[in-house]
Amino acid sequence: MGLTLTIVALVAVLAVAWRFLGSYMAAVYEGRSRFLRFVERPIYAAIGVDPEVEQSWQRYAASLIVFTGVVLLIGYVLLRLQGSLPLNPQHLPGVTPALSWNTIVSFVTNTNWQAYAGESTMSYMSQMGTLVLQNFLSASVGIAVAVALIRGFSRKGSKTIGNFWVDLVRGCLYILLPIAFVAGIIFIAQGAIQTLSGPATVTDTLNGVKQVIARGPVASQEVIKQFGTNGGGFFNANSAHPFENPTGLTNFLSIALLLAIPVALTYTFGKMVGSIRQGATILAAMVIIFGSWLSIATVAEHQANPAVAAAGLTAQPTGNMVGKEVRFGDTSSALFGVASTQTSTGSANSAYDSFTPMGGFALLTGMMIGEVTPGGVGSGLYTVLLFAIITVFLGGLMIGRTPEYLGKKIQAREVKLAALGVLVMPVVVLIITGIAAAIHAGRAGPLNSGPHGFSEILYAFTSAGNNNGSAFGGLSANTAFYNVMTSVAMLLGRFGIMVPVLALAGALAAKEVVAESLGTFRTDKPIFIGLLIGVILIVGALTFFPAVSLGPVIEALSHGKFF
Amino acid sequence: MRTHLFVNIRRAVAVTVVFIVICSFGYTLALTGIGQAFFSSQANGSLSANGSTLIGQNWALTRCPGHPLGSCVFQGRPDALGPYAPNAKNGVSGGDNPLVANGVSGGSGATNLGPRSKVLVANTRKLIAYWHARGVNPTTDLVTTSGSGLDPDITPADATAQIPMVSKATGISPTVLSKLIAKETHSAQFGFLGSSYIDVLQLNEALAKIK
Repeated sequence: MGLTLTIVALVAVLAVAWRFLGSYMAAVYEGRSRFLRFVERPIYAAIGVDPEVEQSWQRYAASLIVFTGVVLLIGYVLLRLQGSLPLNPQHLPGVTPALSWNTIVSFVTNTNWQAYAGESTMSYMSQMGTLVLQNFLSASVGIAVAVALIRGFSRKGSKTIGNFWVDLVRGCLYILLPIAFVAGIIFIAQGAIQTLSGPATVTDTLNGVKQVIARGPVASQEVIKQFGTNGGGFFNANSAHPFENPTGLTNFLSIALLLAIPVALTYTFGKMVGSIRQGATILAAMVIIFGSWLSIATVAEHQANPAVAAAGLTAQPTGNMVGKEVRFGDTSSALFGVASTQTSTGSANSAYDSFTPMGGFALLTGMMIGEVTPGGVGSGLYTVLLFAIITVFLGGLMIGRTPEYLGKKIQAREVKLAALGVLVMPVVVLIITGIAAAIHAGRAGPLNSGPHGFSEILYAFTSAGNNNGSAFGGLSANTAFYNVMTSVAMLLGRFGIMVPVLALAGALAAKEVVAESLGTFRTDKPIFIGLLIGVILIVGALTFFPAVSLGPVIEALSHGKFF
Repeated sequence: MRTHLFVNIRRAVAVTVVFIVICSFGYTLALTGIGQAFFSSQANGSLSANGSTLIGQNWALTRCPGHPLGSCVFQGRPDALGPYAPNAKNGVSGGDNPLVANGVSGGSGATNLGPRSKVLVANTRKLIAYWHARGVNPTTDLVTTSGSGLDPDITPADATAQIPMVSKATGISPTVLSKLIAKETHSAQFGFLGSSYIDVLQLNEALAKIK
């Protein structure tokens, strides 16, 4: 009952976001919404950008790459110097080199893989000055690239795809900041903490317990972590921690926030290419896949935990509660998990490592299908559009005609770029997982034995390669091997896709529009939804089936066996 | 090409500085100001004299003269109990320590034991035995650890299961305890968000009043 009503409420909230946030974002990136001009103008003056001058895709990509290099460097230095900077009430020392590198890469790539334990590693300065900053910037970069690709479709014979700096600034100012600010106030009112005072020490006279309670500016980081599909928590326990996610309402809002932009961007896409139906078609494919995975996960998590049952407690009417919080319960945790893994957020309100085999399967494979249902902010849309191009290509092969998408001829160059963008992630994930499983430093990581141990490794690199950031948390991730290898996967998984996407945007923008004819394969009909779903699932299944078989599938089939 | 590189580097540095000012400091400090001004209790951690209602505590070591430790209070999730105690060796506990929750060094966190883990089977057996020794027929939450290691809540069923133990150690009748549990139960928000729950600290504060 609770789950049904939660889903109904979620659909209602997201429908509003789709319609209104979606059209607002189109207005922002088309430059029609300009009420913050008075803030924008001095910023452009400070960074030396003329907002009216647009860039070719090469210039756009070069700006993005240089920007990334610079923020990586600045962030790395700030984390290393943490011990000498202010806002450090716990007097934490500088973060170690490998962990600093891993952390800054993970935040810049919108992954937010948590190799660190926030409360005992990161000062308030690092949390605010580095992690929160990158939560905003990496999300804005993601949306910028998606919008650049949309412009590729919506423009005719154009040499330019927008201005990277303008898109970056506008995304932060118009979209991320105002909504995060309002949501932050609700989170604080619900009990998420927001203070610069250090840890609190309390003594309970009832039981003599003395506690040191870590605190900090949590709510502000919490909301942008969800809204920007970042996922890196202030605390090690992430959204399971009562100070990050205190109530059923904050839990619901977290899920709504992390889905809002990826869902709404399909409306933005439709609006900007001149047909809302085109966006709705993409959204329909996303919703169908998301819904299927959600059913698997909620049913799975409502089952008894096999190990707890084997210990003698067979009746578990509240489902698998290992690693879950009472205030959320089994199905809300499963919903959170599916939403977080399929949006590349990677936040967690429960321990995904302790999910039932099929529950863990749903989370892991939800990432493997490429983070497109609906995927991360921006990255979800641009990746699903790569799949859409491959879909029309396959459709074209079937009917023996040059494929078109939104009036643009899809030729060899576009198909190559789309295929490259789609294949980068599985190649990176599988090769690095193979390396990790083959060498000692990799095999030293898992906490659990048997197939679940392999799942922990596979999950880690799937999460990094897809810029998700969630984890089967038992893995000891803060080692030189995992810090370096996950950072490689994160960088390739981010920029190995972004650069082909921008090249594609440039190629498409330069094309003229061909008139629709009787032979045109319609991309706003149910048949396209079906084909697109088929392509996404077939690519995912063909690449990952063997690996998944060795992990969650074996585990699910090992009735009565414990490792 | 080179000049473009330098222009881009200068722009990247400038834009980073601008957003450190706006997003890192402006945004965080503005929310901190609003939180401290209007929601001061919540913003500082919902602290009362006996701790935070949002952070679980270890009730298992409460002294109960004439009765086993922890039997005269309602207990929470076993995040710091038995096999999961942060310092089970020397027998003294710092409570449900937020910096060593579920044995995670330096932070909050879960045990992360998988669904087919032998360790999880063994640990759960110990917890079931712990409850049976106290005359309690445990529910799921009483033998499973939470996601944060700091779960402050239990369900009404978890509290009800503990009535025989608490009643025996305190001499308070089961009917009175049932009423107390009903009174302390928070229903799911708006009736459907999350689960109904009882804050263990609030329940034990209410229990202390009628002892």
